[in-house]
Amino acid sequence: MQAITKSDFIGKDAPVAEKRPLIFTRPTAKTGLVSWLTTVDHKRIGLLYGVSSLIFFLVGGFEALLIRVQLAVPNNTFLSAQAYNELFTMHATTMIFLAVMPLSAAFFNYIMPLQIGARDVAFPRLNGFAFWVFVVGAIILNVGWFVKSGAPDVGWFGYAPLTSTAYSNQFATDMSTDLWVMGLQVLGVSSIVGSLNFIVTIINLRAPGMTMMRLPVFTWMTLITAFLIVLSFPAITIALVALMMDRSFGTSFFEVSNGGLPILWQHLFWIFGHPEVYILILPAMGIISEILPTFSRKPLFGYPIIVFSGAVIGLLGFGVWSHHMFTTGMGTMATAAFSVATMAIAVPTGVKIFNWIGTLWGGQLQMRTPMMFALGFVWMFMMGGLSGIMHSAAPADAQQQDSYFVVAHFHYVLIGGSIFGLLAGIHYWFPLIFGRKVSEAWGKASFWVIFVGFNVTFFPMHFLGLNGMPRRTFTYDGNMGWNSANFIASVGAMILGIGMAVYFVVMLYTYFKGEKVSRDPWGARTLEWSIPNPPPEHNFSVIPTVHARDAFWYEKHHREEIDREKAQHAADEEAHGGIHMPSQSWFPILAATSILIGGLFITNHHFLGAIGGGVLLFIAVYLWAWEGPGGYHLHLDKHGNPIEPKDGHAGH
Amino acid sequence: MSSHSASGAIDHHHDATTSTGIPNKKVFMWTFLASDCMFFGALISMHVVYRIHPPAGSPDPRSIFSIELTSFSTFILLMSSLLMALAVNAIQKGNLRSTRNNLLGTIFFGLIFLACQVYEFQHFVHDRGLTLSSSLFGSTFYTLTGTHGCHVAIGVLWLILMYIRTFKPSDADQSSKPWFIMSIVHLLVFAVAVILGVYVVVDFGHQLHVPTFTIGSFLAGHLLPLIGLAASIAGLMFLGRSRGPVDFDERNAIDVESMGLYWHFVDIVWIIIFPVVYLLEYI
Repeated sequence: MQAITKSDFIGKDAPVAEKRPLIFTRPTAKTGLVSWLTTVDHKRIGLLYGVSSLIFFLVGGFEALLIRVQLAVPNNTFLSAQAYNELFTMHATTMIFLAVMPLSAAFFNYIMPLQIGARDVAFPRLNGFAFWVFVVGAIILNVGWFVKSGAPDVGWFGYAPLTSTAYSNQFATDMSTDLWVMGLQVLGVSSIVGSLNFIVTIINLRAPGMTMMRLPVFTWMTLITAFLIVLSFPAITIALVALMMDRSFGTSFFEVSNGGLPILWQHLFWIFGHPEVYILILPAMGIISEILPTFSRKPLFGYPIIVFSGAVIGLLGFGVWSHHMFTTGMGTMATAAFSVATMAIAVPTGVKIFNWIGTLWGGQLQMRTPMMFALGFVWMFMMGGLSGIMHSAAPADAQQQDSYFVVAHFHYVLIGGSIFGLLAGIHYWFPLIFGRKVSEAWGKASFWVIFVGFNVTFFPMHFLGLNGMPRRTFTYDGNMGWNSANFIASVGAMILGIGMAVYFVVMLYTYFKGEKVSRDPWGARTLEWSIPNPPPEHNFSVIPTVHARDAFWYEKHHREEIDREKAQHAADEEAHGGIHMPSQSWFPILAATSILIGGLFITNHHFLGAIGGGVLLFIAVYLWAWEGPGGYHLHLDKHGNPIEPKDGHAGH
Repeated sequence: MSSHSASGAIDHHHDATTSTGIPNKKVFMWTFLASDCMFFGALISMHVVYRIHPPAGSPDPRSIFSIELTSFSTFILLMSSLLMALAVNAIQKGNLRSTRNNLLGTIFFGLIFLACQVYEFQHFVHDRGLTLSSSLFGSTFYTLTGTHGCHVAIGVLWLILMYIRTFKPSDADQSSKPWFIMSIVHLLVFAVAVILGVYVVVDFGHQLHVPTFTIGSFLAGHLLPLIGLAASIAGLMFLGRSRGPVDFDERNAIDVESMGLYWHFVDIVWIIIFPVVYLLEYI
């Protein structure tokens, strides 16, 4: 309670705010379009992230199905080579940057502040800004579908010299690569801004008693992922800046003819790209670490080891990037070093797997839908991990490089890993967010269809790869011995597509008509389940005091002590002015819009327009600073409902 | 938010409203600077990689650099950090006058650095033939030092905005109209002064090389910009006079300190760029 009693607010707010110029009128709508456009509530921003990432997940999935239709039979002409290139580029870019990362961010936003007992993130307006900038990046990446140039087609890795103007023209026919460069730059800004916010929130906004070693594992993984984002994205930012200079201003960073080194692009890209794969998997690992103990009715086995393993994975993740480049001729010393470092990463990952098994061991397993996905995660991720260890041996990798074996490997860790974890998380936290629960029968049905479809699609790809089928080729000849495995994979992809369709239909049905549940339907252990349903805007009527690692579990078993504490804290807080809430604001979305304007002008080489976008951005940021954080105070009645009217007070 | 409810005294090294006692803004800035380290790390490595593997026909940097000028501007940037530290110290003690003076000093030194860089770039392009696309050395040199220059320019803009913020009247609401308009006017006058000042100084540097140069001919040739500069400086002095109590005191120290962290960081980056890009060439 130290935080409240020592805070600024001593209960002497100005009763009514003075008349303000229109431009600084803070929006107060709590429902309707304006309330969503101007929101600073971490839960609403989480929902916005969730909905938009699921839409892009469906788009990316549709692109994958088109790819599989093309490859179902040899010498297929369903897609042109150009369309195929666009599809595999956009499938990967969409799934990584527009589906898995923002879906993880959705959980970071919605769940993490609740898990640490906070009322919002440290910088609420900046949080809104991060989301709207993400939307801007997504628009810029996808706008190519609707204009003459077509979508980006250089692969999600954008290797030089594919991205040079010689192969990917500017203006004459094609500005798709410029859209790709600009889209990734903007998404990088969004990720870094969002992550800085999460880091400050976890470090500084923990409830009293919530020490670092009492943080739920999901929050720990959020912290580690945020650090990975903050430290790895600058590398690709610089690589993209250099590429943009090459394409627009005649430099030759990656132009071989003028002495440029294409290999430098690969190094910069993978210094970002390898931590990126841990950015994709660590959040899922955090979700699994919440679900397994809840449905095993046991505390997580080896909590500190799981946390430290996550941190070690993050740390080692920065030292293994060149295992993506074993066949580039780096020299034996470098190859051996990166090979050994890569093998070392298997150790903390294996430790995590054993800890999850240890959590299940001897537990009273409840086979609910989230648990099914979580168990599917452990098994499938492990299989992807095993083929990963095969890649870490450089001689073996030389054979597997650029073959379908690699495709099989990373889909096992990304679908069997990340996506299974995220789908499990949606099922697990659905009752918390919407107060309804998916029916067990339909939930499990969707799991089994997805599980079967996934394995039928990607398991045969191991054999395709070992038989020499290369990645990223739009068709193949009928006499290569690849026909049956490709056909099976394409059938599996359709099954997987049906499974996802079932999953989403069930989810929509549940949202409208699903079984209503009270709070804490799973008998969970962490603080997010302690709040009423639907979650109130202020999250906690009283900021909780944490006494144990499984904080809510402790609360449930020490009712009297907790009630006494809460009554005391509520009185303290009321004496200090009530619950402080952040005000909504227009400026995050306005600032993001000016980035969209400037970004599109830059990709079209209208530099006057680009400067105009920059000026708009400055104005938006200036007004943002000018209006200040704002804020108002809530007072609760004895049932925890806010009492109207709210009093406004000038910000600081 | 700082903590000052009970005693009125502010402890600048402990914020009781956060879990760690460190203000949110400071944690934010340190983390951002960690990110920026990787940013400049990648840029500097790129320059070094291409210096180690220079393509055939690369120019000799020693025939391009004017090491005396760059040493001078490096020294100026280093000294600007001293003034920045003094500004932070002053506002922590609630000394408004000293805060303003030191902010102005930091802005002035930052502008000298920027003017030197503008002059240097023009000189390299026009007299030494080094352009972005003339060689890989040009590409990496301009990208690296130009990105750093952008960081300095953003820092100067931030300093100017902070300086204007120190004039917010204590009776002004968060969004009162007169103060809003006045701050915009103040910013515009500042912008005019900065642009004209840098223009005149850079042009003065160029004219020095002209054989027929005299102070008189320089003044005559730049009458209009000089009058504008003088007028805008007069305007700044008018706007910068004290006018009653202001809403800027010890509670704002954290804002000045965050800005200082950024400024020192940008300074330190230059302290790395200068030896790596310039001095190493002379070994």
